[in-house]
Amino acid sequence: MSVLEMRDVGKAYGQGMGKVIALAGVDLSVEAGTMVAVMGPSGSGKSTLLTIAGSLESPTSGEVLIDDVSLSGMSRDDLARLRRRSIGYVFQDFNLLPGLTAAENVSLPLELDGVRARVARQHGLEALDLLGLADRAGHFPDQLSGGERQRVAIARAVVGERRLLLADEPTGALDSATGEAVMRLILAACKRGVAAVVVTHDAQLASWADRVVFLRDGRVIDRTMPPPGPESLLEADR
Amino acid sequence: MAISLYTQYYPGHDTCWVDAVSVRHALLALLAEGPKYGLQLREEFVERTGEVWPLNVGQVYTTLQRLERDGLVESDDAAEPGPQKGFRITDGGALELSGWLRTPPDLSLPPRDELVIKVLVAVRLPDVDVHEVIQVHRRYLVELMQQWTRLKEDEAGADLGLSLAVDAELFRLDSVIRWLDTADGRIRRATVDPPDPAPAAAGPLPKMRRRVGGRR
Repeated sequence: MSVLEMRDVGKAYGQGMGKVIALAGVDLSVEAGTMVAVMGPSGSGKSTLLTIAGSLESPTSGEVLIDDVSLSGMSRDDLARLRRRSIGYVFQDFNLLPGLTAAENVSLPLELDGVRARVARQHGLEALDLLGLADRAGHFPDQLSGGERQRVAIARAVVGERRLLLADEPTGALDSATGEAVMRLILAACKRGVAAVVVTHDAQLASWADRVVFLRDGRVIDRTMPPPGPESLLEADR
Repeated sequence: MAISLYTQYYPGHDTCWVDAVSVRHALLALLAEGPKYGLQLREEFVERTGEVWPLNVGQVYTTLQRLERDGLVESDDAAEPGPQKGFRITDGGALELSGWLRTPPDLSLPPRDELVIKVLVAVRLPDVDVHEVIQVHRRYLVELMQQWTRLKEDEAGADLGLSLAVDAELFRLDSVIRWLDTADGRIRRATVDPPDPAPAAAGPLPKMRRRVGGRR
């Protein structure tokens, strides 16, 4: 079953001569346990696709479904609840709240959703532990390295029963080794059943995904085929 | 247009990577650790390159014969040619190895890259969408990178040789994709905002000096 399904999604800004089409007729389906990368140059509509998939923006046309439920008929409160409970976001600049510790940042979405503080904190600590950050739980963001901050952001994105992880250039500010570690964490979340969409212009990042979708001028222009197993690269008779 | 027309781009990776020069010095490096048999040298070479670059026994023995001829290795004279014949590095071999390790390979001349040539040709053909040509290759390269990344994801944690070899391949393929992205953007900008016409409307393709018999 698809966790995220985008059907013929379009997005336009402005009107008349100033109208800008950011997305046009985009179809995208992401199943549980799958990572999809969206590649494209600047201005191709990658980030717009992500914000619409995460219900942070509404499409001008088409339909977005999360767990088979269409977002178009939802009230603002229901959308906010969906975002808190089912969707995690990871951004290039981490977006952690500077006045909260790592553990508080991670448990905040649960507390906002009405989970009791002690329980939320326990879930937060478990998510941090999973990402190897248990000993940094009491540190504030400015006391953490870039890689640690991004791991906190990923912990926050997958804490609780999140089903969909949306990442916008999640390793953009990190060195390649730390970036690879971040991608391994997103992959591990997928192996636990999370569906992930990673938006990037970086082919090395995209190559961690099960499928890669290429966006150009707001349209999907191409998709990768499912790759054969890596053993095909090691055949001795090449 | 048929995709098969475009996908003949050869990624430039196969046993030719392990060219004669690399095998020669790789065998010297293995012998620098101590005397070894021919078959043992082949197995250790394959193991240390993460099994990414296969090497057949024939290549090993041919190379060892040449190294012996050049005085860079010595063999057990008494032993029969075959798997049980042992080899050791000479002082001259150790000197050769040391010099090779510290000498950067000649990267001053661009390789004759089929993909670069294809794009240069496609951009001037009236009935060919060069962006489609670029995208077909971009997708193919990303699919290749996905395969290499799976290899790293599955096995690299325990194997340093494989991790290094896979990283090298990923960075090489990534650099080709970056060039394609840059070329794609450059061609689009040139189409939207063409440069002022030069006296000769379409200039010749750039000339790059190439050494006769140079690397591919």
